[in-house]
Amino acid sequence: MKRNSLINRIIRARWAYLFIAPAVLHFLVFNVYPIVSTVYLSFMRFNLQGNTFVGLQNYQIAMSDPIFWKSMANTALYAMVVVPVGIGIALFLSTLIFPLRASAQNFYKGAFYLPGIVSAVVVSMIWLWMFDSTHGLLNYLLSTVGLGPVTWLGESRTALPSLMFMAVAGGGGSAIILYLAAMGGIPPTLYEAARLDGASRWAEFRRITLPLLKPTTLYLAVMGTIGSFQVFTSIYMMTRGGPNYSTSTIVFSIYQTAFEFLKLGRASAMALILAVIIITISAIQFKWLGQEVEY
Amino acid sequence: MGRGDTETRRGGRISPFTILAYVILTLWAVWALLPLFWMISTSFKEVRAAIKIPPEWIPADPTLINYERLFARAPAFRWFANSAIVAVAHTLSMLLFCSMAGYAFAKKEFPGKTAIFWTLLSTMMIPGMVLLVPLFLLVSKMGLMNNYGGLILPGLVGAFGVFLMKQFIGTLPNELLDAARIDGASEFGVYSRVILPLSKPALAVLGIFSFMGAWNDFLWPLLITQSKDMRTLAVGLATLQQESMTDFGLLMAGSTFAAVPMIIIFFAFQKHFLKGLTIGALKG
Repeated sequence: MKRNSLINRIIRARWAYLFIAPAVLHFLVFNVYPIVSTVYLSFMRFNLQGNTFVGLQNYQIAMSDPIFWKSMANTALYAMVVVPVGIGIALFLSTLIFPLRASAQNFYKGAFYLPGIVSAVVVSMIWLWMFDSTHGLLNYLLSTVGLGPVTWLGESRTALPSLMFMAVAGGGGSAIILYLAAMGGIPPTLYEAARLDGASRWAEFRRITLPLLKPTTLYLAVMGTIGSFQVFTSIYMMTRGGPNYSTSTIVFSIYQTAFEFLKLGRASAMALILAVIIITISAIQFKWLGQEVEY
Repeated sequence: MGRGDTETRRGGRISPFTILAYVILTLWAVWALLPLFWMISTSFKEVRAAIKIPPEWIPADPTLINYERLFARAPAFRWFANSAIVAVAHTLSMLLFCSMAGYAFAKKEFPGKTAIFWTLLSTMMIPGMVLLVPLFLLVSKMGLMNNYGGLILPGLVGAFGVFLMKQFIGTLPNELLDAARIDGASEFGVYSRVILPLSKPALAVLGIFSFMGAWNDFLWPLLITQSKDMRTLAVGLATLQQESMTDFGLLMAGSTFAAVPMIIIFFAFQKHFLKGLTIGALKG
């Protein structure tokens, strides 16, 4: 009886299944299968004779590799600086833009967003040129105020900070647009009430704006962390992880392990460790920033 | 809607606070746009002018020599065509398949709907790196290495697109769909003649972001293209950079050639770009 009615419901909904079929099929082949396959590969040694089961060996080798830990530390440091500083700058600029008239708002939104539409390859090439230690624009600009020259990407000490600097300097456009949209959603009556109570601008910002922007901040923190943990193109283009592994990130290290050293099993294990880290951090951020976001 | 617009709230006089805001914002805008400006400026300088210190902000003696060298040395137009083919294919297929799935998830009831939708969505959290090795093996097993099939197939549908379309189509009134059905429209007719025309704002956003994603994609085309003439523009530029490390005039010409189409698209669809972000992010 019950089974019959389920079949009936499925038959009646056949159009719905037809509509989702292409997306679901694509998803099965190009998402579900690779995820399952990565788990399988992470327990295998891959060679010309075929795959041999090696248990947790790939995980053990990855975890005992100092370069893996170095890459992990670099990635964590990169995310811990780039995400909060990026969000801070975007929030600051948004509060400056928000009170302006509409035409000025649109101008600045466009100006800040434009650099973000250019591909990471192009951005990396431009910054390689700007970072150039003898002919680069940045050292020239520093020299006009009596500073530098800085070696930028040429030295272990400065290479990773240079990449962080570049990430923070270029971006921010989409975060600003999201913040402005969220600010537009805050009821003006809240500010009017605060002003009647004689609240300062700073108090308005701390007590009204900041708490009500929390969902946006959460979204930016989660997406920013996910993005920062997967930074690849700038590393590949600009430093290849060097000098002396000072800019090797986890994704770059996975790429090298898989496609330069051809250790597919170990690379799969590393990718899964990365996935677990990203999902854990996202969950913590949800828990930490996600409280009391309803209003 | 909902703009701050309190700039002149104190009796029409612009406050010092506002002037300070304009100064800071303008300085930041100059700084943010400086790399793009410098890219274009360098691309029109011959070698000695490019490395001159102090630099010429605007080339004193503009030249097309870098572009001539670019097209002589590398099949840049072929790369451009490859990028365009991949980006157009991804865009069209995303528009079709994501809107179809979004329609079913938003407006239809069927067993398994919630489970399927959330499984689809949860993969958005999985880093792309997890998929990369098996995808690479799969595509090479399918014989799709170094051809358009391999470049295009994995990106035909995206969970984000399905989510975006579901969110948008969910806001369309059911009465319109019912009216079309009463008028004798088929299921496909409802989709093509009611849903699609009404979804134009969301389709514009999805189209723009799909195109941009495909045009700028790097790691996947890097892995699966081997011959010079199958490279996309992004991968082609990367190889050009490895061959001519410090020839920045040439590299900036290539960069400009790759960036200009996106910049044109940005100015043509600026409104959709800026709106699109908020449709995707906040209506969750």
